[in-house]
Amino acid sequence: MLTVFETAEGVRRGRVPAEDVMHDCLKRISAAAEIRAFLHVDAERSLAAARRIDEARSRGEALGPLCGVPIAVKDNLCTSFAPTTCGSAMLAGFSSLYDAEVVRRLERAGAIVVGKTNLDEFAMGSSTENSAFGPTRNPWDPKRVPGGSSGGSAAAVAARLVPAALGSDTGGSIRQPAALCGVTGLKPGYGRVSRFGLVAFGSSLDQVGPIATDARDAALLMNILAGPDARDSTTAPDAPPDYAAAIDAPIDGLSVGLPHEYFGEGLSAEVRAAVHGAIDVLRTLGARTKDITLPHTEYAAACYYLVAPAEASSNLARFDGLRYGRRAGGADLIEVYKASRGQGLGAEVKRRIMIGTHALSSGYYDAYYDKASRVRTLIRGDFERAFSEVDVIAGPVTPTTAFCLGEKASDPLAMYLSDVYTIPANLAGICGISVPCGFDARGLPIGLQLMGPVFGEARLLQTAHQFQLATDYHRGVPPAFLATEAAA
Amino acid sequence: MAELKTRLIVGMEIHVQVRTASKLFCACPVVYDAPPNSAVCPVCLGHPGTLPVMNRRAVEQAALVGLALNCTIAHFTKWDRKSYFYPDLPKNYQISQYDLPIARDGWFEFPDPNGAGSGASRDGASPSGLSRVRIRRAHLEEDAGKNLHDRGDGSLIDLNRAGTPLIEIVTEPDLHTPGACYAFAVELQRLMRHLGVSDGVMQRGQMRFEPNVNVAIECDGCEIRTPIAEIKNLNSFKAIRNAVEYEYGRQVAQWRGDPEYVIGRRPNENRGWNDARGLTEYQRPKEAAHDYRYFPDPDLAPATFDDAKLAAIRARLPELPAARVRRLAERFGLSAADAETIVDDRATADLFDESIRAGAPADVLARQVVNVWASLANEHGTTVAGLGVGAAAMAELAEMVRSGTVSATAAARIAAAMIPDADPAPTTVTPHVAAAEDRSPQALAAKLGLLQEKDADATQAWVDEAFRLNEQAVRDARSNPKKAKQAAGFLRGQVMKLSEGRADPALVGELIEKKLAEPT
Repeated sequence: MLTVFETAEGVRRGRVPAEDVMHDCLKRISAAAEIRAFLHVDAERSLAAARRIDEARSRGEALGPLCGVPIAVKDNLCTSFAPTTCGSAMLAGFSSLYDAEVVRRLERAGAIVVGKTNLDEFAMGSSTENSAFGPTRNPWDPKRVPGGSSGGSAAAVAARLVPAALGSDTGGSIRQPAALCGVTGLKPGYGRVSRFGLVAFGSSLDQVGPIATDARDAALLMNILAGPDARDSTTAPDAPPDYAAAIDAPIDGLSVGLPHEYFGEGLSAEVRAAVHGAIDVLRTLGARTKDITLPHTEYAAACYYLVAPAEASSNLARFDGLRYGRRAGGADLIEVYKASRGQGLGAEVKRRIMIGTHALSSGYYDAYYDKASRVRTLIRGDFERAFSEVDVIAGPVTPTTAFCLGEKASDPLAMYLSDVYTIPANLAGICGISVPCGFDARGLPIGLQLMGPVFGEARLLQTAHQFQLATDYHRGVPPAFLATEAAA
Repeated sequence: MAELKTRLIVGMEIHVQVRTASKLFCACPVVYDAPPNSAVCPVCLGHPGTLPVMNRRAVEQAALVGLALNCTIAHFTKWDRKSYFYPDLPKNYQISQYDLPIARDGWFEFPDPNGAGSGASRDGASPSGLSRVRIRRAHLEEDAGKNLHDRGDGSLIDLNRAGTPLIEIVTEPDLHTPGACYAFAVELQRLMRHLGVSDGVMQRGQMRFEPNVNVAIECDGCEIRTPIAEIKNLNSFKAIRNAVEYEYGRQVAQWRGDPEYVIGRRPNENRGWNDARGLTEYQRPKEAAHDYRYFPDPDLAPATFDDAKLAAIRARLPELPAARVRRLAERFGLSAADAETIVDDRATADLFDESIRAGAPADVLARQVVNVWASLANEHGTTVAGLGVGAAAMAELAEMVRSGTVSATAAARIAAAMIPDADPAPTTVTPHVAAAEDRSPQALAAKLGLLQEKDADATQAWVDEAFRLNEQAVRDARSNPKKAKQAAGFLRGQVMKLSEGRADPALVGELIEKKLAEPT
């Protein structure tokens, strides 16, 4: 399969028609139906869009930077042309009145949204098992989870069904599945990419970002996605840099912080070894490493599991079945609310709504939400201090490689702890990227996490790209999809 | 039972719809009477993925109101989500302000019918002779939509109103008579109109008053207080006064029948005013603490006011109605009632001031505005300023009366013809010609033949005619001492009538006296 870069170049120069690209893409998607990466694919619309691009080219019209590139979009991003379910029975069949800003920007740049990918219901989960429409499977091992909540997007890219996809990351939902699927996933700093049209989970934590096979493609997507949006007042007003242009510079002299809290108990030996190996590669590329400390890391998960559910309990209140979505019958208004939400929302979503509602209740607000907000300030302070000393921070993305379906499904706490290394970046609003850096004995991918200051995405993409020039972990294709890959 | 001393205690909660071009957090227009759900978008429908964007104008208007209410304006104010489930609330939370309102700790003065300070708190008499109510806070929030229950089976929801900016004003419990509540409400509406913040039409819900009423009862040397009732559904000033009056009596009566009817022992409650039956009806108890789970809205940045921005808003603050009434009364010798009528509408008051500057004699102009222009405005369903007559033209007409060029009666007819869409001379000119006519009062007076007749011969002819037609009155005036004065007055009236108002009253009186003195 061609990368984003190669596809756009090929289409623009007329080496490959966009329609052929799309045909191949659709063929691969339908051949890989068993991993359930997609909830919805619109072949007809995608082919029509591809033909329009070919026609525009034949008329000599200027083509967008992502012309003809098929992109998969996580199903919590609103689309007017395809259902937006958020992986929830509550929104089965729901069609948005409008397109998310990121969708609009991608398509304006010539990309074609080929379909919507599976996710944990309302992005709440780390395995994509919480989808009301069934779990996505890891392309490297169908018994295992792809991670989550952007598991569908990560699996689709890992299986080379599409060159790139969009995910959303509230506590690691881009980086963790990217790591477990062996692809490159960037969570931009809070405010870098518009959230307009992203169905909110934790509004102060959510960011949309790219998942691709390499950092160059992620940079190309960021060039389109990043920048202020008048409809999202939390976007930063300043113009973003040219990410694709920033990645070519060598990282000689880069200062890399190694937080000892990220290498403690709970980190599997294989992940630890792979991450250390990746750090050695960075050193050979001229980076200097420095041991640092992020002392409040141990409180991050507790803080996150108050802040995120609190915001979620409010954000999801609108799903009451009255105006849109699933409505159940009931004798009176309260019964309709109870039945609609009771039947429409899944167990994990309900759990978080309950936690969040409790955390915001009068009498508990100070002890929970308010205290968590103050802890959050301390965690942000940890990173501010660290970034006054180092350019990027390196560590693992996940404690282990992909776990088996059902393995943690009945133990929410264990599931929550699979996010310990990714949560702090969301709480601090900084950016983070997951880069493939090795495989365990079972052949399952391992991710290296690089974190940068709030709007330090260019530096992260540059570091990741330089790392990928020196390694080929990101070129690994799941064995089951090598044949599809070759055929296409 | 021992003689009771009771004292009414009322604090007011007021919701004011801010007149802005667009809603508080989206670009939808603020409309009334539009077809249901025709002024909505994904944002105010609360659809998944949408985000609010703050309307700066609405925030500035709220700050303007805060300044007019003598409040401290917060340099830093934020938005909070207030959570409750209700079908007219699309997100099931309302974006409001909790602990950091835009404005707090102010006061507001109003002319109290029972005398300064009598209807407000003991220390509420202001030096200006008005009653003073302390303002606890004023904040901005989004309005909900409307549930419609009267359209067949099932309820319908109209979300046109959802997201409309609302200022919520909360007073301290400083009102102590139904009349004071009434006068306070009238004056607050006048303020909102003056500031251009709201049209304040209560029937349209643009201003919603919710009095919180209870009574302090002194009995055997102890003071107890009744539970607080919040009264809803008040859509006229009269309803406010009547509801408070009713509630005052009801609470005292209820306490007489139930000694446990005391705040803390019986729940506070919401009551609805039934205008047709003239009473308040129990709606529901106010739960001690309905848990709204307020928390800062993560989708919106805090709004900040630096000194420069505040100064710019303060510069927009006009002369406030109460001060303006006082100025008109003192400076031009108008009665308080006339001054209030003029000031009631800011544009009209501005027109009045402008007209004075254009040279109008204040006393004549005031009489014309209150008597002539106001009734014409009423006929046209608009305000005096809304009639479209300019300040210079009004000044000219007032001056014509002062100088005796036309009579006051004639001036009223001229005024009617000065209105742009009026027919300047209905009996003689066809409308399409009229449109191009000169509408200056001078030209109209001439066209309508209303210029005061100073010519003695012409006037003498009307006097002679009046004597010929009214022999009995002439006889009475000459020879019946009991009726002489009245009869002479009658004859003067007949002459004015014959002259169609053109005769100079002074000359008429002179000529009648002369003719009566002539031998028969």
